[in-house]
Amino acid sequence: MTNALEIEGLTKTYGSGFEALKGIDLKVAQGDFFALLGPNGAGKSTTLGIVCSLVTKSAGKVSVFGCDIDTNLSDAKLNLGVVPQEFNFNQFEKVFDIVTIQAGYYGIPLKEAAVSAEKYLKKLGLWDKRNTPARMLSGGMKRRLMIARALVHEPKLLILDEPTAGVDIELRRSMWSFLEEMNRQGTTIILTTHYLEEAEALCRNIAIIDHGRIVRNTSKRELLQQLSLETFLLDTELALDAAPELEGFSCRLDDEGVLEVDVHKGQALNDVFIQLEQQRVKVVSMRTKANRLEELFIRMVEHSAPEGETKTEGRA
Amino acid sequence: MNAQALFTAYTTIVLREIRRFTRIWPQTLLPPAVTMTLYFIIFGNLIGSRIGEMGGFDYMSFIVPGLIMMAVITNSYANVVSSFFSMKFQRSVEELLVSPVPNWVILAGYVTGGMARGLGIGVIVTLLSLAFTQLKIHSLPMVVVTVFLTSALFSVGGFINALLATKFDDVSIVPTFVLTPLTYLGGVFYSIDLLPGFWQGVSMANPILYMVNGFRFGILGVSDVNPFVSLGMILAFIAVLTYIALKLLARGKGIRH
Repeated sequence: MTNALEIEGLTKTYGSGFEALKGIDLKVAQGDFFALLGPNGAGKSTTLGIVCSLVTKSAGKVSVFGCDIDTNLSDAKLNLGVVPQEFNFNQFEKVFDIVTIQAGYYGIPLKEAAVSAEKYLKKLGLWDKRNTPARMLSGGMKRRLMIARALVHEPKLLILDEPTAGVDIELRRSMWSFLEEMNRQGTTIILTTHYLEEAEALCRNIAIIDHGRIVRNTSKRELLQQLSLETFLLDTELALDAAPELEGFSCRLDDEGVLEVDVHKGQALNDVFIQLEQQRVKVVSMRTKANRLEELFIRMVEHSAPEGETKTEGRA
Repeated sequence: MNAQALFTAYTTIVLREIRRFTRIWPQTLLPPAVTMTLYFIIFGNLIGSRIGEMGGFDYMSFIVPGLIMMAVITNSYANVVSSFFSMKFQRSVEELLVSPVPNWVILAGYVTGGMARGLGIGVIVTLLSLAFTQLKIHSLPMVVVTVFLTSALFSVGGFINALLATKFDDVSIVPTFVLTPLTYLGGVFYSIDLLPGFWQGVSMANPILYMVNGFRFGILGVSDVNPFVSLGMILAFIAVLTYIALKLLARGKGIRH
């Protein structure tokens, strides 16, 4: 089956001489929910910008559903819907007009465009705002407007660059549900995000990009299996003065009533509870400390930093 | 995209442009009407009555074609340059860039939008002029062809300016320091016969002179230059500027990183 996206040897050097991409190879299968992760300046937006024709590549090949962007750009674009990181619509135009005008650019007559616009504006909870100028919308509504606009021509591949940046938790969850539904209906989705829990919750495959190179490209499951250490937060019934000594485990007092315990791969969590019970520490609840993917991500990106360069220096 | 889809994309751009300038009519349609009325009153009526004849016509009749053309030129140019630069500034130009609309359709759409405003203003100014003088058309085809082509030419010019502009200052530099002087020195208010030989020669290098005179020939039947040379010049300029605009678009100048 043709891949939704295929990238081979993609490089990009900006006019300033900055090498943003140093030979990216990437394949995204049809129907996938794919995350492209990386720190700021790693090359995520440049990669997606090239796929969407907003950035010109220096070398390499890109094809969308088998359509090469060098030889068949028009068809490649027809398969593509784009939700950029920053608001990029005319703030003075009305919500409905923004969506139908975009459909017009894809050659969809107004009558059909109006039906499609209604469908997606309703799904994204913006139908009541259809006659409102875009500048009057809240930040979350503007993000949803960009999703509706990207979907109006029913693309097979939807690219979202930081789709939930600055969106509150409730709205983020509802956007997740919407995207999951789109993916279930067959739309291939590629997203970049800084919220790693978002990638963990939604995506099946993940690529990590840093310094213009893909440092990891695998399934989320395989990635998480590499995690050798997990930190648990245990809420104790009574406040503690000091962290109890646990043999084989690193244990710290996070707060008066919260213990932080590192559990390595292969260690039994039961042993923690047994030892705590022996020391008469009663645990009333438990949760993982940090997002697991986040820990992995930080570790991978740290390892990929060029010699003698810290992450901060690298982004200066 | 098939022909029908291309036409839909084209009309989408054109209608969007027309909606834009009619929505902000106090900024786009009203000011040229007021300015041109003042020109008619001051230069045509008050001063013109003391000037006497120019090129065999009373001064008001002589300047009307030039003033109509001046309004068409400045508004065709201003519409495209301000609209497309605003799209660049707001990044809404990305809506077009990610879509499959070919570059030539983008250019055609914006040029048509610019022409819609330029010619619309031309009609408004023409109607206003009827309150001050009687217009007898010498050659309607010449009037129509000249005004359409001139409007198209300056719309393409505005598009190139918008592509090259990186800040709002760049949008006003060309109209202020190039377009306005060339228009004023392009025979709107006088016949170049009044100038000494050297300055007549210099004036012949001003492309706007040919457009104003071509249009004046269509209305009055008199011109400082051969009207067919005027048309040839306009067509040549259109061809050159269209080529430059399409080249810049293909390179992504000012719109792609």
